[in-house]
Amino acid sequence: MYGPVTSYPASVDATFYFIVAVSLFFLLLVTTLMIVFAVRYRRSRRPRAEQIEGHTLLEIAWTIIPLLLVLAMFHFGFEGFRALRSVPEGAMTVKVTGRMWDWSFRYENGREAAKLYVPVDRAIKLSMTSVDVLHSFYIPAFRVKEDVVPGRETYLWFRPQTTGPADIYCAEYCGQRHAYMMSEVVVLEAEEFEAWLAAGGEEGEKEGVPALLARHACLDCHSLDGSPGVGPTLRGLYGRQRALIVAGREETRVADEAYLRRAILEPDAEYVRDHERNMPAPVGLSEEDLERIIAYIRALE
Amino acid sequence: MARTAAPPAPLACSYLHPGGGRGGLLGWVLTTDHKRIALLYLYSILGFVAVGVALGLLMRLELIAPGRTIVGASTYNALFTLHGVIMIFLFIIPGIPAIFGNFILPLQIGARDVAFPRLNLLSWHCYIAGAILAVTALFTGGGPPDTGWTFYAPYSIRTTTNVTLAVFAAFVLGFSSILTGLNFIVTIHRLRARGMGWFRLPLFVWSLYSTAWIQLLATPILAITLLLVMMERLFGLGLFDPARGGDPLLYQHLFWIYSHPAVYIMILPAMGVVSEILPTFARRTIFGYKAIAFSSMAIALFGYLVWGHHMFTSGMSDTSRWIFSLLTFLVAIPSAVKVFNWTATLYKGSIDASPPLLFVFAFVFLFMIGGLTGLMQGALSVNVHVHDTAFVVGHFHYVMFGGAGFGLMAALLYWFPKIFGRLYPRRPVYIALGVLFAGFNLLYFPMLVLGWMGQPRRYYDYLPQFQTGHLISTIGSWVLLVGLLILTVTLMRAARRGPWAPPDPWGGTTLEWRTASPPPVENFAVEPAVTGRPYDYGALGRGAAAPEGR
Ligand code: HEC
Ligand code: HEM
Ligand SMILES: [Cu+2]
Repeated sequence: MYGPVTSYPASVDATFYFIVAVSLFFLLLVTTLMIVFAVRYRRSRRPRAEQIEGHTLLEIAWTIIPLLLVLAMFHFGFEGFRALRSVPEGAMTVKVTGRMWDWSFRYENGREAAKLYVPVDRAIKLSMTSVDVLHSFYIPAFRVKEDVVPGRETYLWFRPQTTGPADIYCAEYCGQRHAYMMSEVVVLEAEEFEAWLAAGGEEGEKEGVPALLARHACLDCHSLDGSPGVGPTLRGLYGRQRALIVAGREETRVADEAYLRRAILEPDAEYVRDHERNMPAPVGLSEEDLERIIAYIRALE
Repeated sequence: MARTAAPPAPLACSYLHPGGGRGGLLGWVLTTDHKRIALLYLYSILGFVAVGVALGLLMRLELIAPGRTIVGASTYNALFTLHGVIMIFLFIIPGIPAIFGNFILPLQIGARDVAFPRLNLLSWHCYIAGAILAVTALFTGGGPPDTGWTFYAPYSIRTTTNVTLAVFAAFVLGFSSILTGLNFIVTIHRLRARGMGWFRLPLFVWSLYSTAWIQLLATPILAITLLLVMMERLFGLGLFDPARGGDPLLYQHLFWIYSHPAVYIMILPAMGVVSEILPTFARRTIFGYKAIAFSSMAIALFGYLVWGHHMFTSGMSDTSRWIFSLLTFLVAIPSAVKVFNWTATLYKGSIDASPPLLFVFAFVFLFMIGGLTGLMQGALSVNVHVHDTAFVVGHFHYVMFGGAGFGLMAALLYWFPKIFGRLYPRRPVYIALGVLFAGFNLLYFPMLVLGWMGQPRRYYDYLPQFQTGHLISTIGSWVLLVGLLILTVTLMRAARRGPWAPPDPWGGTTLEWRTASPPPVENFAVEPAVTGRPYDYGALGRGAAAPEGR
């Protein structure tokens, strides 16, 4: 009965417009009555009021009728919800990681991406978690949303109907750059998608370091051009004296390779003075990528 | 007022000029007179509203166009946090009970004061202490908090801004609320005038009574939750931190177990105000007294069981989601019953479209939009789409500002002659209402549309497709401001220079109208006796009497 929904968004909209219609009816009814009464029974026309204490039948009627209506609303909302929570067999799973302030997507074959590429007309299941605070994964066009919670896996599924891009937002407030925690879902034709997926598998071409930094959300907090951000800029960092807070005390160190390695892998071991202390430790950063990043920072004059 | 000149006659023996006792400022901040405490609340609350409104206007200005307009992202985040904290904890939760509950409740039940006058003063002192702490939090530690008024963990645990102090401020404010609730419950049980049985209580008293129980029973949960956040920040307990076996969802449950009932702390008293104003200006008994009284209690009871509807996308179990959805729909019924009874109260009345009544009309209209958009969010599949979007922001402004806020303005207009002993001119108030109403809808209706289009809330910046809605909304905020200014100026002038008000300028039947305006310190020269139900225009033979003083 709750088999494949031909169009989930349309069913959500239908429920919404049903409630809007009922609402408009009651809003207009009450408003009109109030105005009509206020005009017809104005004191100049009707100096003496009639004392009516109540009417049991009416009370019952306007308890029961709204009750039935809201039960219908509940029912429609619930059916949609059931569909949303029942992932069809054979759905393709993509792992979603939310972090301040970026999304990353990992496919079954190991390919990672900053945008969500999916094939059209196929059920996609997103299995989501966060590495830091709460986020919420939201695709308005598909009418789906679910919080992304650290220490927990939450899920969503959808079946894109048409090709093309749609916006992804973070809907749960997560700090300074919450409003920029966006990405895109790109719906491709099945063959196109397969080609994309294959190209980026284990043997896919190497991404450049800036792209690597972007994928790990480093660029949300660090600039490469010297401009200030949440964290210090990475430009000209190498070899500089750093004023640090280590275990509550101030110290100065030179930013050498060992320092950078520590700063990236264990951000909470020492903090750069006068900065926020919210740098997350990178998740799934390989040794090779780490070395490339350090070499890159070293060259960034 | 100059101490040398004798106060004008109507003020001479009122609570405003008691003669004897402490004079000057101390006579106010150390007073135990419920009427003076009410005024202390009135001025302090309105002061904070002004700040809150200013912050709201700044946010709207920032959002007039995409990209940076006047402030940076961190500042914007601090703005909505402060705006939310001020509007919730310093304005709308204390709001009507602290101001009009304090002033009117003892008068309406024919008492000399509340049951514990000194505790009442302590509540105000807690309020001020909490407010001072909240202000201090802005300028100390790591800077103004940026978590939103909900202080969601784990972000609130990790951010370096001064959340600890802000949370402590809310904790202290909670005590103010608990003490007021306790005081009202005891007052209503113990201090009713001779002959005032439970079904002779004015409906405003009923609404305060149900509110007081929520304040008393739910606020401690908030206090504990906030304490836990402080402990987490100071000692790293790990209760909400999954890395240490904690759970961020635990925080949300605890928070909403209080904060959903708190929504009814905000709205129930406003509903009580409406139930007073309608009979007075329709010159007839309220329709369905018992239905209205019981629906208040039903709301207070059911209100405890629906907190999960703030968490439909939080990752909690699917079973709890649908149960909370069902309960949410049920709690809508008592509110609907009230609206129908109010409308029926106008039927065959003798209606004077006075300023308080027109504010009540605005209340009903705006509150209905708030409630009906609530139904849309109660439906699970729709909620998933609109949760945490501008739709929710529109919805709760309709409920809290359009409902509770307009209710408070209606209460002020209704009891103004009683409180200040003066009348205000009608025309400027009508104009203010027109402007307010237009501004309000321009400001918040676009938010509903934006949210449906997918604009998330607490967004400093937005994509170009949302521009038009944001622009209209910002223009609306300016119109609204003009309305607020007209109203404020009119009432401030009237409070000083308006013509003297008679004891019962509107022809009301409840007891507060049976004493002088403004009332004397001891409220009533002789304790009034109650012989019938409130709003009994038939029995009083006043259905046709022209009101005095008009
Ligand atoms: C949430 C924001 C954020 C993210 C994401 C982030 N950082 Fe940081 N980073 C900071 C902050 C804040 C500091 C300064 C405080 C500290 O030392 O922890 C910092 C410090 C550093 C330092 C030391 C800088 C100095 O001036 O000594 C390095 C190197 C660094 N980060 C690299 C990275 C890399 C590489 C990534 C991506 C894997 C990354 N950061 C991701 C916020 C962030
Ligand atoms: C001139 C009047 C007001 C304006 C212009 C205004 C505007 C706003 C805006 C722009 C937001 C932020 C939305 C976002 O970024 O997602 C907001 C949030 C909020 N407003 Fe208002 N508002 C006003 C009055 C009120 C009143 C009277 C109340 C309470 C009764 C109130 C309660 C809140 C709350 C609780 C929030 C949520 C804060 C948060 O997200 O943590 N506002 N308001
Ligand atoms: Cu986020």
